[in-house]
Amino acid sequence: MTSLSPQDQVQEQLEHHEAEHPDHRMFGLATFLVADAMTFAGFFAAYLTFKAVNPLLPGAIYELELPLPTLNTILLLVSSATFHRAGVNLRKGCNERCRAWLLGTAVLGLAFLVSQMVEYFTLPFGLADNLYASTFYALTGFHGLHVTLGALMILIVWWQCRTPSGRVSASNHFPLEAAELYWHFVDGIWVILFVILYLI
Amino acid sequence: MTLTVPQQSPPAPQSLQPTGWLRYLSFSVDHKVIGLQYLVCGFAFYLIGGALAGAIRTELVSPISDFMPRDVYNQVLTLHGTVMIFLWIVPVVNGAFGNYLIPFYVGARDMAFPRLNAVAFWLIPPAGLLLISSYFITGAAQSGWTAYPPLSLTTPASGQIIWILSVLLLGGSSIFGGINFIATILKLRRPGLKLMQLPMYCWAMLGTSILVVLSTPVLAGTLIMLSFDIVAHTGFFNPGLGGNVVVYQHLFWFYSHPAVYIMVLPAFGLVSEILPIHCRKPLFGYTTMVYSIMAIVVLGLVVWAHHMFTSGTPPWMRLFFTIATAFIAVPTGIKFFNWLATLWGGKISLNSAVLFSCGFIVNFVLGGITGVALAQVPFDVHVHDTYFVVAHFHYIVYGGSVFVIFASIYHWYPKVTGRLMNEHLGRFHFLLTFVGFNLCFAPQHWLGLNGMPRRVAEYDPQFQLINQFSSVGALLMAISTLPFLWNVIASALQGEIAGDNPWNALTPEWLTSSPPPVENWKGEAPLVTNPYAYGTPENEIDLNSVSGSDLWRNGQ
Ligand SMILES: [Cu+2]
Repeated sequence: MTSLSPQDQVQEQLEHHEAEHPDHRMFGLATFLVADAMTFAGFFAAYLTFKAVNPLLPGAIYELELPLPTLNTILLLVSSATFHRAGVNLRKGCNERCRAWLLGTAVLGLAFLVSQMVEYFTLPFGLADNLYASTFYALTGFHGLHVTLGALMILIVWWQCRTPSGRVSASNHFPLEAAELYWHFVDGIWVILFVILYLI
Repeated sequence: MTLTVPQQSPPAPQSLQPTGWLRYLSFSVDHKVIGLQYLVCGFAFYLIGGALAGAIRTELVSPISDFMPRDVYNQVLTLHGTVMIFLWIVPVVNGAFGNYLIPFYVGARDMAFPRLNAVAFWLIPPAGLLLISSYFITGAAQSGWTAYPPLSLTTPASGQIIWILSVLLLGGSSIFGGINFIATILKLRRPGLKLMQLPMYCWAMLGTSILVVLSTPVLAGTLIMLSFDIVAHTGFFNPGLGGNVVVYQHLFWFYSHPAVYIMVLPAFGLVSEILPIHCRKPLFGYTTMVYSIMAIVVLGLVVWAHHMFTSGTPPWMRLFFTIATAFIAVPTGIKFFNWLATLWGGKISLNSAVLFSCGFIVNFVLGGITGVALAQVPFDVHVHDTYFVVAHFHYIVYGGSVFVIFASIYHWYPKVTGRLMNEHLGRFHFLLTFVGFNLCFAPQHWLGLNGMPRRVAEYDPQFQLINQFSSVGALLMAISTLPFLWNVIASALQGEIAGDNPWNALTPEWLTSSPPPVENWKGEAPLVTNPYAYGTPENEIDLNSVSGSDLWRNGQ
């Protein structure tokens, strides 16, 4: 048979669309993350310039402790690894294991947020106290917002792959891969943030 | 023997989308509908922004503030700048023509992310209405489209906050659009179509979208910090609280210099599409055009501080940014001479589209020359914040981009409606616009050189006569809109039938019906490997090789 029936053509077109879409969506997400990274770059540039040219006004307090943010760094780095394991298991078709790893990742992300909150409440300065303090809260807050969104995404994916034929499965792992790329991005930003805010 | 009749294929699963004119008010995912939505919405805001400009020029007829109070004048000039940039030029040269043309040019049936595309458009009307409504509710922002602190921190907060919200929404729309264009151009090309075979507008949109994605987020972050300064009384940009206003300027211009290219690069691309068709000659220097677009993208990201030579910038910074800006003149000049060479010796039909394109070339080179002059520190320090700057950037964004928008409307109107626009009215429109524009803005160079500051409702009486010339020019520009609007409406109803390809063009959007069907082509998308193959003698064409010229010669 040389020509397809109209029905087959429609079917083929649909499959064609389905098959080529995930690729572009990952590309689109990556482009979006470049834009997102530029937002952080703006904040970092502002922070570093303030540090370089704007001395604190007399009496202003800006001191950071290292232990909690170090713990936070470890939490996020481990969560990147657990997310990777979840993806590997999903592609192998082991939904239950994938979900366990996803849940672990979400718990690590939530632990990060709790720990960040603890830090906020123990710091000796508030949002509007001085220039460095404001920039510190702006940067960590904007990052925390990203972690919150990421944790929500993980929980949604966790819900969607509860059965092997669910919306997220070995045959359709785009949502998981998108969330994973986003999560690695958020972790990477944290590492840069940790170095710039806490170490130098 | 029995024949098995193949079952009728089910109707296309798009029945939820309204048809007819209603789809222009709907959340349509068709790139052509979205493109026209951008265009009509943008033009509505152009009329509003134009009315605001009329108010400004009326106020400036006399040296005292008699037409409106000073704070209203500040609101009007802030709204004028914001509306014209964020709601007219950026959405139209990118969103309108980009959405309509790019899928054709890459041989696709739609954009890469149709739904994101619709979201990007539908962010614009609410953002625009929010901005305009601030004038009636609480009083609009008063700190100009630049929103420099401390001015933006000391003027009434409510208008400024609404302004920030609106610009954030528009920035989001712009970023979504940019992502979509990059993905469409790089990922959705028809098999067999190489990057270096794309029409020039694709390259312009690729470069523009890279700038959008890299620079708009920085503006967003900066405006969020500014809103914290206003609402939460932080001191990022408030010197009274130990903050730094110059950091705001750096971050703002890191977006807003590229924003100039976000407004003119697509216009460069559109002119490069229009000229070859109406001169029957290939686009001169395709490869150099591509490289100069990319050079402008790279250089455009590292010249921002030429807006800040009077902000206490250290000498090394002045030197660097002066030199970098001077370098931008090179790729821009290459494009200018390429257009001239395209026109040179061509069989030019001097229709409205070509007239507006030539008007663009003239105005843009004038604006470019004053731009290079402004990048020189000694000169800039003299004319900074005067009407010389106002004249310069209107030559770029109006004389450049808006002229190209009109050229493009005359050029693509037959494709969209299937009817031609009236040429007599079109030429009259061009004459009024060109004379009005130059009468309005050329004298402002003189005003600036003689020290008239911009953004002020009152001025030294010695400048009155020249200001009145300028206002007469603005009046002509306002009048010029009437023949255009009449032309658009009347031609839609009873214009001459255009046929599918009235210009005998080779670019892919002309190789389908006018208006095009929902998925752009009835059959396969044509493979146009040489969109500028004009003027090749008939007997030198190899009909076996598939290229754009063959397609229309074969009557497809
Ligand atoms: Cu600039």
